[in-house]
Amino acid sequence: MSRLAQGGRIDRSKKLRFTFDGRAFTGFAGDTLASALLANDEHLVARSFKLHRPRGIVGFGADEPNALVTVGKGAYATPNLRATQVTLTDGLEAFSQNRFPSLQFDLQAVLGLFQRFLPAGFYYKAFFLPSWKFYEGMIRRTAGLGRAPTEPDPDRYAHRHAHCDVLVVGAGPAGLQAARSAAQSGARVMLVDERDELGGDSAFHGGRIEDRPAPFYLHDMAAQLAALPNVRVLPRTTAFGYYDHNLVTLAERCSGGELAQRIWYVRAKQVVLATGAIERPLVFPNNDRPGIMLAGAARAYLQRHAVLVGQRPVVFTNNDSAYETAFDLAAAGAKPIVVDVRSHPDTQLQTGCARRGIELIPGATIADTGGRMRVDRIEIVPHDNSRRRRVACDAVLMAGGWAPVVHLFSQSGGKLRFDEVQSCFRPALPVQAVIVAGAANGAFDLATCFAEGARAGVEASRRAGHDAVVIAPPQVADEAGLRIEPHWRVPDALARGKQWVDFQNDVTSADIELAARESFCSVELLKRYTTTGMATDQGKTSNVNALALLANAVGKAIPDVGTTTFRPPYTPVTFGAIAGTARGDLFRPRKYLPAHAAHVKLGAHFEDFGGWQRPEFYLRAGETQEVAIAREWRAVRNGVGLFDGSPLGKIEVCGPDAGIFLDRMYLGSASSLQPGKLRYGLMLNEHGTVIDDGVFARLTPTRFLVSPTSGMALAISARFEDWLQCEWPELKVAVCDLTTAWATIAIAGPSARDLLQRAGTDIDLAPDVFGHMQLREGTVAGMKARVQRVSFTGEVQYEVSVAWSSGAALWEALFAAGEAFGVAPIGIETWLRLRIEKGYIHIGSDTDGTTIPADLGFAVPAKKQSDFVGRRSLTRPDALRADRFRLVGFESIDPERALPVGAHVLPAGCKKPPALLDGRITSSCVSPVLHRSIGLGLLKGGLDRRGEIVTLFYEHNTLSARVVDPVFYDTQGARLHG
Amino acid sequence: MLLLDCPFCGVRPEIEFACGGRSHVQRPGPPEQVSDEQWSAYLFFQPNPKGLLRERWRHVVGCGLWFNVERDTVTHAVTQVYEMGAAPAETTP
Ligand SMILES: [Zn+2]
Repeated sequence: MSRLAQGGRIDRSKKLRFTFDGRAFTGFAGDTLASALLANDEHLVARSFKLHRPRGIVGFGADEPNALVTVGKGAYATPNLRATQVTLTDGLEAFSQNRFPSLQFDLQAVLGLFQRFLPAGFYYKAFFLPSWKFYEGMIRRTAGLGRAPTEPDPDRYAHRHAHCDVLVVGAGPAGLQAARSAAQSGARVMLVDERDELGGDSAFHGGRIEDRPAPFYLHDMAAQLAALPNVRVLPRTTAFGYYDHNLVTLAERCSGGELAQRIWYVRAKQVVLATGAIERPLVFPNNDRPGIMLAGAARAYLQRHAVLVGQRPVVFTNNDSAYETAFDLAAAGAKPIVVDVRSHPDTQLQTGCARRGIELIPGATIADTGGRMRVDRIEIVPHDNSRRRRVACDAVLMAGGWAPVVHLFSQSGGKLRFDEVQSCFRPALPVQAVIVAGAANGAFDLATCFAEGARAGVEASRRAGHDAVVIAPPQVADEAGLRIEPHWRVPDALARGKQWVDFQNDVTSADIELAARESFCSVELLKRYTTTGMATDQGKTSNVNALALLANAVGKAIPDVGTTTFRPPYTPVTFGAIAGTARGDLFRPRKYLPAHAAHVKLGAHFEDFGGWQRPEFYLRAGETQEVAIAREWRAVRNGVGLFDGSPLGKIEVCGPDAGIFLDRMYLGSASSLQPGKLRYGLMLNEHGTVIDDGVFARLTPTRFLVSPTSGMALAISARFEDWLQCEWPELKVAVCDLTTAWATIAIAGPSARDLLQRAGTDIDLAPDVFGHMQLREGTVAGMKARVQRVSFTGEVQYEVSVAWSSGAALWEALFAAGEAFGVAPIGIETWLRLRIEKGYIHIGSDTDGTTIPADLGFAVPAKKQSDFVGRRSLTRPDALRADRFRLVGFESIDPERALPVGAHVLPAGCKKPPALLDGRITSSCVSPVLHRSIGLGLLKGGLDRRGEIVTLFYEHNTLSARVVDPVFYDTQGARLHG
Repeated sequence: MLLLDCPFCGVRPEIEFACGGRSHVQRPGPPEQVSDEQWSAYLFFQPNPKGLLRERWRHVVGCGLWFNVERDTVTHAVTQVYEMGAAPAETTP
């Protein structure tokens, strides 16, 4: 056990049992999974992503590159969690990842033996023959993270929106002081921190604030803030995204209660980023063995969790910050050695080591490490290579300097600059309302952190409109700076073995230098080629080291190589939290037809069409889908069918200029239309492309009813508004989408008139009085109704619209009236096939982004007609080409075999692709009425090729079809007008 | 996620709006007097400035009205909003 009998802020009276890979361990309340594993001397916790090398815990928090674990089982499993951020709970079950058969013995680690054959970019170099797809499956299995559970996530998540004057991210000394200063001004303050315990890294230091131990002082500060009415403090909450106009997203891990996590959308007038700094590892040979970790992390495990990570640790540093770690470890009973790359460390530090009996080896580096599952020895070599020395150890603690956590600042659009003195990137130019304070701003001593926090809090609340009172920051002892000396890697002459830069993605210094030699000299290219910084930790510990190595390799200064772009999320966010409640039935609202219950009773099979739950077909006992569709089909052709068309778009366009307006919106004149009459029109965009079709009815001289395609009503009325408000504001027109104010039932078939008559209406239905493409208002079955004669089926068809609330009653009345005529309910699948027999196009199915009216057989209007949207494009040279794709009918030579939608027409003489596209099938059906296999499609040259037999190609098969007119049924339209 | 100051409803989040692209585009016409070159310039050529851009936005789930927004394409700072048909205040691009 590495747990000390005393110290730390854990509750030794609360023992927690947990398992790791099935083995049982215990920890205490206050532990994380990482600290509990280390307390049990479990250093080997993971295998690396690509090469399956044994890996241990490196960091203390969000920076952790190695210790990714799966927590929980079955549906509750959450993969890829950093053990350093998993709060230990009783009964917790954790599992290592990416190993087979076990963590201790991983067969795929054999890959490591071939490592010299797997250099940077090896995926691109080795796996392109015969194709990447050939290798992808194997590689994905080999190089893997945890597995996502296959069951639905049983946890509950929620989203919440919040506003505040000042959002402070990070509750270390700078953040706490900023929040305190802002709170005193009366501003509404939110303070968030990803850890359980507030205080930041300073809470792990042995230092004193206002003559009290730092953790106690900082905890009191946090508690006082939380008690204020204008302050909301959220621990266990990660600010993971910084978006435009100061929108910051937070992921809160809820403790207890019904929710697993809550996502916050915080719109802050001002943001203070006090996100601290992440320690950098040093790059040296075999620096990736378990037991090699960051010096600051070792100190944190000691002070926070009373875990001594080694009895004989080696502290390896290039700056002053690691000495405190060495002193703390010595005080806790360990026998540390300090290896300092600097030849002349500060004399105070030297005497500090001497006084504690700590051996200090200055002017040296580590040339190699040993130990299979945990580091057990190192080789120390002076820079002049004069004498190599082996030292036994049980931990190596790296201190390569500090990298300010600039991720959120960078996400906000802020620019960074390189600080040569401290060897790190710091925030420079903000573009949003944000202030950075403390270590995140490159201030690495306590006094400056407090001072910057105080200034930031005052300035932020002032900018948010609150008079801020300046509070004196707490008194702390003076600290010297880092006095860092860059040591980006061990020179080849001294090094024995690979020097790892990105632990999670297995990138070495040699990989980076190879990439530079192969001219991947820009940091963005380097990143993609070597995958450095592209793992789930986004290179939190590796980015600056990789940049520095690239800069050295190409002979540039670090700032000239540039930094990569930081993108959300700062740490991974589970999909369940992002989805929140928008899943299952709550994913999006379902819209139901007014007669939904009647459709259910009739055996409807429902399908989602543009959010509407619509009957696709109606199954009778013993029927298959195709049998049902054929039965419905014959009912419309020989008797009568009822179709619930309530989602049909109904837009009223009113005003003295309504006709002129529609003339400009459609190909097809509205202003010349008589009241009571309907007309079909095509809507184009400015490119001349057909984007919708519709029927407009003139109700009165100043009032039109426009019916666009179902599901398009919102888009079309928005389009009307666009042109009215922005292009023709002088037109006196109002537009109102009344789609869901009217329920619409279509009656189609030779007996349609008889059915409607029997249902009872005061409208004269005589064909010479109420003809095709006309509209009447009156009553149907006692309900106030609008009746239109239009047809999508080619039969006599009435579309009856009544108030939405009467829709179910209308359906019942019409259905009852139809029983004498053998009425059948018709599903939308049958409806869409019926129209193929008539060659009626469905925009978006039979057309694409290039189809213009002429391609569909609509003449380009003569010059004298008014301008309309897209008109000028119809005479562009491209629109007049003879070889455009134009609408034709196809008939399969084999009458039983359906023409596959999407099948390509091969050019004449061509039997096998590759070939230029000559045309394609866009709709098809085998008609149970005509006993023919027919289809619509687009063909180069269109009907000029009538009668030609073409070869269709689909999924490695070919079949033959004849080019014919696109009207297959009742070509003269006699039935339509009957 | 922008905050836009609708001239009719006040400051609202971007999800309530739809962007309609560049403002103050002169639609050439009448069609028979427009050359292919003029028409293709209108259809296919759009400036893509690094800096100030005037755009049309519609408050779709609010008042439903279109208005103009002047925005810096680098910082996303909104420099002015004004009603459709109004002239923008002069700004140095
Ligand atoms: Zn509005």
